[in-house]
This record gives sequence, C-alpha cells and structure tokens, in this order.
Amino acid sequence: MSAVTHEDLHDHHDHGPAKGFLRWVFTTNHKDIGTLYLTTALIMFFVGGAMSLVIRAELFQPGLQFVDPGFFNQMTTLHALIMVFGAVMPAFAGLANWMIPIMIGAPDMALPRLNNWSFWLLPFAFALLASTLFMDGGAPAAGWTLYPPLVLQGGNNLPFAIFSIHLLGISSIMAAINIIVTIFNMRAPGMTMMKLPMFVWTWLITAFLLILVMPVFAGAVTMLLTDKFFGTSFFNAAGGGDPVLYQHLFWFFGHPEVYILILPSFGVVSQIIPTFARKPLFGYSSMVYATASIGLLSFVVWAHHQYTVGMPLAGELYFTYATMLIAVPTGVKVFNWVATMWKGAMTFETPMLFAIAFVVLFTFGGFTGLMMSISPADLQYHDTYFIVAHFHYVLVPGAVFALIAATYFWLPKWTGHMYDERLGKLHFWLTAISVNVLFFPQHFSGLAGMPRRIPDYAVQFAEFNAMSSIGAFIFGFSQLIFVYVIIKAIRGGQPATDEVWEGAAEHGLEWQLPSPPPYHSWEVAPLVK
Amino acid sequence: MRLVRRIAFVAVAMFGFGFAMVPFYNVFCEWTGLNGKVKGEATATGEYRVDASREITLEFITSLNEGMPLAFRAEKSKLKVHPGQYYTVNFYAENLTDRQLTGQAIPSIAPGLFAEYLKKAECFCFSEQKFEPHRERTMPVRFVVDPKIPEEVRDMTLSYTFFDITDRKPN
Ligand code: HEM
Ligand SMILES: [Cu+2]
Repeated sequence: MSAVTHEDLHDHHDHGPAKGFLRWVFTTNHKDIGTLYLTTALIMFFVGGAMSLVIRAELFQPGLQFVDPGFFNQMTTLHALIMVFGAVMPAFAGLANWMIPIMIGAPDMALPRLNNWSFWLLPFAFALLASTLFMDGGAPAAGWTLYPPLVLQGGNNLPFAIFSIHLLGISSIMAAINIIVTIFNMRAPGMTMMKLPMFVWTWLITAFLLILVMPVFAGAVTMLLTDKFFGTSFFNAAGGGDPVLYQHLFWFFGHPEVYILILPSFGVVSQIIPTFARKPLFGYSSMVYATASIGLLSFVVWAHHQYTVGMPLAGELYFTYATMLIAVPTGVKVFNWVATMWKGAMTFETPMLFAIAFVVLFTFGGFTGLMMSISPADLQYHDTYFIVAHFHYVLVPGAVFALIAATYFWLPKWTGHMYDERLGKLHFWLTAISVNVLFFPQHFSGLAGMPRRIPDYAVQFAEFNAMSSIGAFIFGFSQLIFVYVIIKAIRGGQPATDEVWEGAAEHGLEWQLPSPPPYHSWEVAPLVK
Repeated sequence: MRLVRRIAFVAVAMFGFGFAMVPFYNVFCEWTGLNGKVKGEATATGEYRVDASREITLEFITSLNEGMPLAFRAEKSKLKVHPGQYYTVNFYAENLTDRQLTGQAIPSIAPGLFAEYLKKAECFCFSEQKFEPHRERTMPVRFVVDPKIPEEVRDMTLSYTFFDITDRKPN
C-alpha cells in the first residue's frame, strides 16, 4: 500500500459518524453496532412480550377464550425463539460491542466489517421467522425445542424457521469470533488476562460456548429439513432413524445455550455490585475459574432434559450428579457477590437494585434447577409449569434483570445524561414485584400437575393462573417506563460526569472516558497498571 | 488472522461433529442396547431349553404413526410365556381406505436393555407390508424368549408402530 492511501485512511478515521440513515447501514463503528443490536433487542423484547401476553390472556381463565389451540402453540413457540435469539442474545451482543473495546482499551472491535455483517443478518432472520405467521398453517408450533416427529408434521413454515435459525447461528458465530479475537489481540498494554473486567471474561467464555454449540444446532435443524423434504431418516424410525437422537443433539446445544444466556449476566452483575458497594470484587480469580468450570461442565449435563425419555440407571445417576455439580461453581459466584457487598459502603441506585434482585431471584431459580436435577423427582416436574417457573426465574429476573441493570448502569456513559432515578426506582419496584406475582404461582400449579404448553386447563389451577396473568400484564406494561426512561436520557437530562458513579473510575477503563465517549475512543491505548 | 481462521475452522468442525454423532449414536445404541431397537431380521435360531419354572408377562402394543389409516391390533394384549418356548401371536391390520397402502412396522421392546433376549423367528416387521383397499390381513409373529434372560425380568412390552411409506416408494 502506498504512503498516500495510508494517509487517506488515517484522515478518514478522525471523522465523526456519517450523516443520515446510511450511517447505520454501513457503519463499522463498534458503538454504532452496539446501539443497533441493543435497539433491535429492545424491539424484539416487546414483540416476544406481546406474544407472551397473548398466552397469559388465554390462560387467565380455564376454557378457550381468545385464540384457538393451534395459534396458542405458535405463540409459545415464537415467544421462546424470539426471546432467546431475538432479545437476550442480541442484547448481550450489543453490550459486548459497546463495552468490550472500551473496557479493554481498544479502539474498536478486531473485525469491524464482519461486525457490521453479523448485525445486519439479524433483521433478515427475524423477517423470515415472522413471515411464517402469515403462511398457510401458521408459524411453527412444536415448541422452541423443535422436536421431531411433531415439528415435521406442521405446515411449510419449517424451512423458513430453519433458515432463520441458520442466519441467527451464522450471526452469533461471527460475533463470537470477533469477540474472541478482540479480547486476545486488542488489549491495551498492561491489560493482562487476569486483569480483564469480569464482563469481558464472561463474554470470552460465552463466545467459546457459541463457537462450539451453535454449529451443532445448525446441523440438527438441517437434518430436520432433509428429513422433511429430501427423504432422509435421521430422526424417522420408519427409515431406521431415531427421534431421540434429535433430543441429544438439541440439548448438547441447548444446555450450553442457557449458559450463553446467563454467563454475560454474571459478568454484568460482577461489574455493578463492586461499583455500588465501593469495594473491589471479592475473589476475582475464583470468579474467573468458576465461570470457566461452569462453561466446561455445561457440555456434560445435557441429558437432564431427557430423564423421561428412558435412560439406563447409570445414565440417570450420572446426569443427576453432573448437573448438581454445576451448582458448586454457581454457588461460588453467589458467595462472592454477597461477600463483595459485605461491609461495603452500599448505595442503592437503580442498577444496584436490579443487580441485588438478580442475585436473590436467580439463586432461587438455581434451587428449583437443583430439584429438577434429581432424576426420580424430575419425573414429576418434567413438562409441567414447575419447569416453566424454573427457567423463567433464571431467565427473567436472571438474564433480563442483568440486561436492565446494565442499561441503567451504562446509559449515562452512552448518552452523556443521567437517567431519571425516580422513574428508574418505580420501574424497579413494579418489575421486581410483578415478576414474582407472574412466576411464583407457576411453581404451585406445576407441582399440582398442570402441564406446560396447553391453552386450557383443569379448574383447580384457575387461581394460580389468574394471579400469574395479572402479574404478567403489570410486568409487561411496566417495561414501557423503561423505554420512556431510555428515550428521556437520550434526549437530555442532567449531564453525566466521566466516572458517572462515585468512585467508579477505579472500577474500569470505561469510566475514564468522557460521557458520552468520542466516536473513536482509545485511539491512543491507555496504559493499564 | 490465524486466530480467526482457527476459530472458524473449529466452528465448521463442530457442524461436522453434529453429523458424526449420527452413526456414533447408532453404534453406541446397538452396542449398549440402550434404545430398545432390534434388528430387522430373524434372530431366533434353533432350539432352546424350556424353563417351565419361570413365567414372563409379555404385553403387546400397537400404534399408528401420523394417523396411518389402518385398524391395527394384536390378537391378545398379554401373554404369559416360559423362556425357551416358541409362541406365535397374530396381529391384524385392516386398510380403511380405497387405495393401496404400504406400511413398515417398527418394533420397540421395553425394557430396552433386555431387548436382545426377545428373539423372533418370523415377523411382519422384517419387510414392508402391502394392504389392498378395505382388506384385513393376519400377520403372525413367532418368537422365543432366550432362557439366558436375567432373573429380575418379569414383564416385557413389545410394541409395533406402523409407518405409512406409500408415498415414499418411487414405484
Ligand atoms: C444450578 C443451575 C441449574 C440447574 C441444576 C438446572 C437444571 C435444569 C433441569 C434438570 C431442567 C430440565 C427440567 C425438565 O425438563 O424436566 C432444566 C430446564 C431448563 N433450564 Fe435449568 N438449571 C439450572 C440453571 C439454569 C440457567 C442458569 C438457565 C438459563 C439462564 C436455565 C434454563 C433452563 C431452561 C430454558 C430449561 C427448559 C428447557 C425446555 O425444556 O424448554 N437453567 N434446568
Ligand atoms: Cu440444562
């Protein structure tokens, strides 16, 4: 490359963002892409949320009121797929894009063009998935796990849903590659691996999980596709296949996937609690090792989702103990968060409130997980509302609370304005109370035997379901406050200082940049001591 | 760039790994007998010593995949058998439609770990079955329980599911 073009390139770097809509289409800037991911995630959160309100409206009373059972099942399937792949995963990808370069003192992600591509696959993927709603026979309705043979008996939505999953998978794999390369190659001088902020560590491990399991899922759904359209018999017993094989492939992806959703949340909480306790994180290196061991263990416990399909005794025992083992590193993390708060000079701004609620309620979800890990007991819990309660406790007051906490925590940094603390607190209390009204009764209806994924139920479950539905509507509408607070902070408000939170400058590089940070930050790498 | 290529290679390899699990799963299940699948061919050979002191209850289950339009049933739902003795049980299937149907019955034996001890000499599941419109067919299964079957086994279930493969056949 000649010296002249090199100069040109260099000049170009000093410009701010391009003007107009095309800025967002062609951008390779990590902050722009982070914003795109986060905005998309928020929109999908409301799309998926609207579907869950259809479900809860139908379940408010026994009997069929609003939708037919087929549509109900489409809602449960799409709700889950959209929340997992459309809301939580892109939201964490957005946080990674915004924060990882800033936190490790890098000027941008390592592969900015790839970054643009991995985001722009998403709208196409969601369009494909949403288009199935308008087809003959409607959207996929066999549940987000897409088990054959049921999923193969639906209409022609299957290829659309599967191509959508392929695109989402390619997008996550590219994002994961980008994150790994950024963390390995772009750290500021002095930022050793064992100095990385916990959020960066947890994302690094998450990225490895993504690389290892997304392709397996892509392969499994490809087999579904060829079984349906090209006469193969991977999962078809008539041709010598076995539908249980799909379950193994799915959960080999699926269990690590639930940790893909939760590990970055652990990272977020590990950033927030020390800041508001005004103490360094307790047991940093044990946090790193605990996260790594959770990542490793997540590969060897998948069949705890399949206790009821028939397994020899040795298998049941092995998967029971292996699953319980995961609670050990998870317990280490919870212990460390509590120890970080212990005797800290704590204040309770909105991000901290959400982080504390995360610690309490996520742990509660972990406990029900332990109950279900006991295979003889799980025969009762499996496919009931008990498991619905379990995974919503770990995913809503777990992953979603972490995302909300992260938004409040970094919003002043992103926008340069403090958000409205009073509304933030209101949002917190409404959300924290309604989430329990919503999901706590589901433990009871589940233990009493109410199956999951049904539009109608026996009358003895009526009270629990009515409570749950009321909680759901309060929860859903409370989130509008969240959107309002975000928009208000983008529009203006009290200017945020560089460190935003008292003493935060000691807790990470992001608080040493101006609020908002310049379009290109850390062009001169900071020296980390 | 080396790092990018390496990680991308791992991703592609994991895609392959998923497919590699298919034959691995089949071999693993065959080797351990985990999923109660049995070979589609006769495994009962020769005479066995009849053990009249033991009695095993065998249950028969019939089912149809994706509502294949057959009426499919076993002659009886239960049979008490002595290990080592040959028995014949008839299964009946009637085609409920106006067209010819081709079906393939897939057997499954529970508990899966002892499936290999239920040995068949003759079974309609060994080959595909043609059903003329509105005709009923009698399909015998001849089998023997290997006397080597462990003492603790007192009940077994033999189930057949008919899969409609009429449209799958190119001819
Ligand atoms: C100590 C930790 C945990 C244990 C012991 C555990 C255990 C289990 C078990 C045994 C099941 C299967 C229940 C059944 O189908 O009968 C299950 C389901 C599930 N878990 Fe967990 N879990 C834990 C943490 C988590 C976390 C952190 C997440 C996600 C953030 C999660 C998400 C899920 C989901 C989504 C399902 C349901 C999948 C489905 O069938 O649709 N779990 N868990
Ligand atoms: Cu799991």
